[in-house]
Amino acid sequence: MDETKPTLLVTSSPHITSPVTVSKLMWAVVIALLPTFAGSIYFYGFKALFITVLSIASALLFDALGQRLFGRKITVFDGSAALTGLLLGFNLPPNVPWWIPVVGSAFATIVAKQFFGGLGHNFINPALAGRAFLVASWPTQMTTTWLAPRGGIIPALPPTAVNICTDAVTSATPLNVLKQGSKLVLPNCDPQLLYQQLESWSTLKRLFLGTTGGCIGETSALLLLIGGILLIATKVIDWRIPLCYLLTVAALALILPGHKAGLLNYILFHLLSGGLMLGAFYMATDYVTSPLTARGRIIFGIGCGVLTMLIRLWGGYPEGVCYSILLMNVATPLIDRLTPPRVFGTRSKK
Amino acid sequence: MLKFMLRFRGGIHPRERKEATENKPIEVAPLPSRVYLPLSQHLGAPSRAVVKKGDRVFTGSVIGEPGGAVSVPTHSSISGTVADVVDLPHPLTGRLTTTVIIESDGNDTMVTTIQEQHTADLTPQQIIDAVRNAGIVGLGGAAFPTFFKLMSPKDKPVDTLIINGCECEPYLTADHRLMLEKPAEIVEGVSFLARALSVQNVIIAIEDNKQNAIEAIQENVAGKNFRVVKLKTKYPQGAEKQLIKACLNREVPSGGLPADVGCIVQNVGTSLAVRNAARFNRPLYERVVTITGPGVKEPKNLWVRVGTPVRDLIEFCGGYNGQPRKIINGGPMMGIALSSDQAPVLKGTSGILVFNQAEEPSEQDCIRCARCIQVCPMGLSPTRLNYHIRAKRFTAAKNEHLLDCIECGCCSYVCPAKIRLVHNFKFGKAEIARLKV
Repeated sequence: MDETKPTLLVTSSPHITSPVTVSKLMWAVVIALLPTFAGSIYFYGFKALFITVLSIASALLFDALGQRLFGRKITVFDGSAALTGLLLGFNLPPNVPWWIPVVGSAFATIVAKQFFGGLGHNFINPALAGRAFLVASWPTQMTTTWLAPRGGIIPALPPTAVNICTDAVTSATPLNVLKQGSKLVLPNCDPQLLYQQLESWSTLKRLFLGTTGGCIGETSALLLLIGGILLIATKVIDWRIPLCYLLTVAALALILPGHKAGLLNYILFHLLSGGLMLGAFYMATDYVTSPLTARGRIIFGIGCGVLTMLIRLWGGYPEGVCYSILLMNVATPLIDRLTPPRVFGTRSKK
Repeated sequence: MLKFMLRFRGGIHPRERKEATENKPIEVAPLPSRVYLPLSQHLGAPSRAVVKKGDRVFTGSVIGEPGGAVSVPTHSSISGTVADVVDLPHPLTGRLTTTVIIESDGNDTMVTTIQEQHTADLTPQQIIDAVRNAGIVGLGGAAFPTFFKLMSPKDKPVDTLIINGCECEPYLTADHRLMLEKPAEIVEGVSFLARALSVQNVIIAIEDNKQNAIEAIQENVAGKNFRVVKLKTKYPQGAEKQLIKACLNREVPSGGLPADVGCIVQNVGTSLAVRNAARFNRPLYERVVTITGPGVKEPKNLWVRVGTPVRDLIEFCGGYNGQPRKIINGGPMMGIALSSDQAPVLKGTSGILVFNQAEEPSEQDCIRCARCIQVCPMGLSPTRLNYHIRAKRFTAAKNEHLLDCIECGCCSYVCPAKIRLVHNFKFGKAEIARLKV
C-alpha cells in the first residue's frame, strides 16, 4: 500500500448509522415538555420557574458529581439529567421550600441513578424515586404547599361547593376530596352533592385546562397531551405504555365501585386528575425502566393502570401514579424475562 | 402482477442514496493490466491452483480447481501470463489466501470452449454441471456456490424458485441496471434455473422503488408462468429468509435452509451468469459493480473483470473526490471495509463505496430503548445478546439464538447509543465456533 496515504478505516458493518442519538432522544422529551413548562409558568408564575430551574440545575450538578465520584465520563449534557430534574420539578407542589428540589434531585441522580451505574442501569425512574423519597421524608412540605393557579382556584371545588363542605375544601386536591369523601361534607348535607360538584363538567374542564391546583407540571392535561402525542408521532416513545395505562384506568373506573355521579364524568375525572397524564406519557415510558418488547410494554401499561386505581380507591394515598410506576419499574426485569420476542423460524410458545 | 401485502417483521428505512447511479447505463470498465484472483471467492473450500508462474492463460481459463464438495473453480478474467501465485491477505477476511496474479497481454483472448451451446435438451444435471464449471456463486454478496443450492436433497423437495431483484442495500444499483438492460437474458437464466430445479412456481421479486425494472422484467416474462412480485422497499427485503417470508409467508426454521420450506433463492445477477454458463459455456469472470459514494468523483455502474484492483475502477470514475477514509466492498449495511484500494473486485462484489468521512461515534451505555429489538428481522433481542457476549456468556447468547443473526446491521444502524452490536455478534459467533460452545 502507498505509504504516503493515511490508513483507511477498517471497521465492522454497518457503515452508516441513523442520526438518532441518546442525547437527541432525551432532549426531545424535554422539548415535548416545554408547552407544559410554559403553562406551569403561566399558572404559577415565578415560583414554578424557580422551583423547576432549581431542580434541573441541581440534577445536572449532582449527576456530574455522581459521575465524578464513580470515575465515570462526565456526560451531564446528554439531556438525561436535565430531563430528570425537569420531571422532578414538575412533580413538586409550586410552593415547596427551595431545598426540596435540591435534595430531591440529589437523591434522584446520585442514589437512584449513579449508585446503580448511571444512565441505562438505574432500575427505577430517578425522578419518581426522588419524589417518593421527598414524600416519605417531608410529607408536610410535599402535601400542603399548593398555590392557586392563575385563572383558577386552589381548592378542588368551586366556591359554590363551600356550602356543602367543610374547610377541607380549601386545601385539598381533587383526588384528595374523592378519597376523603363524606368526611368533608357538612352535617345535614348529602355527600352525593359533593361528588356531583367534584365530577361536574366545570371541574373536568378546569382539570383539562390546568386551572386546578396541583403539582407544577401535572395541572394541564391538555398541554401534557400535546407533548405526549408529539412524542408518539415522532416515535420517540412507544404508544403502548401510555395507551394501555390510560385505557386500564378508564376501564377500572368503569367497572370498580366508586362514587360515580355520572359514569362518563367519573371516568374522565380519573383520567384528567392527579399525575396520570404526566406519568403515563413521560415517566412510565422511560426507556431504562420499562420493558423491552411490545408485549412487555402492554403488560407494563396495564400493571401501572391497575396499581394506580387500587391505590386511588383503596390505598393510603389519594394518588397512586408515582408508586404504581415505581412498582412496575421493579417488575420490569421479570416482565422482560417472560415476554421475549418470537425468534424468526421458531414456533411461538403457546 | 401481484403486490404482496405480506411482509417480514422489523427492518429499517435508511436513505436510499441510489440517485447517483440508478439512471446511469452500465459502462464497460477498461481491461485491467493486472488482476489479483484469490482462490477463495466463495463460501466453502477454496479452489486449488492449477497454474504456476509463467503460464500462459486466456480469458476464461481455469486457474483453480474446486477444492472440495462445496467449492467451485476459479477462472482467469483476462488473457496473459501468470505473474505469480502467492499467499496474500484476503481482501475481506484478511487471512492469507493463495492468489493468482495475472499480467494482461492486452488482447483479451477467450478460451476456445466459450461458444454457443445447444440448450434445448439440457438436462437438469447438465445445467448444474455447467453452473459449477463456470464457477458461479451467489452474486448478491454471500457468494455461496450456486450449483450446490441447485442440488436439493431428495428429502427436501423444492417447489418454488425466488429470484431476488430487491437490491435493498442503500447506494447499490448494479442489479437494478442489470434488470433494465438485460431483462431478456436474466429471464432466460431464470428458465435454466427453473429447469435445473424442476420447479413450476417461479417468483421474481423486486422492490417497489424500481418500478422501471419491474416493467422491464414483466415485459420479458410474457408467455412464461413466472410471477413478478412487487415488494415494499424496506431493508433487508433482499435477505433470503425475509424475502421468502414476504413472498410466500413461509418461515425458514431457525438453523435451517430455504430448502426446508421448499424454496431456493437466486439473485438476478446470478441468473444472468447462469444463462451465460448454460448458453455459452462462459465462466463467471466479470460482473456489474456499482462504484459510488461521496468519495468518488463520477459514480458509475461498471462491467468489471473479477480481480480488477479497486483503485483502477476509481480512477476510471474520475478518481477520488477528496481524501478517502473508508472503502467498502459491498453496500453500507453489510459490506466489508477494505484495508487498501489495491484489493481486487471479487465474484461477490456488488459495489465499491467510498466515504471521505467515516465518523466512529463513541459507544454509550445501552438505555434500553429497544429500537434494536423492534427492527431485528430475526426477532432477536440484540441488546440482551450484546450483554451476554460482553460478559462472555456465550452459551446464553447461543441459547438466545445468536447464531440466527443474519448480520443485516439494522440493530447497529438504529442504536442511539451507537453500540457496535453487529461487530460484537460477529465476535460472539466466532467465539462460539472457537470454543465449541
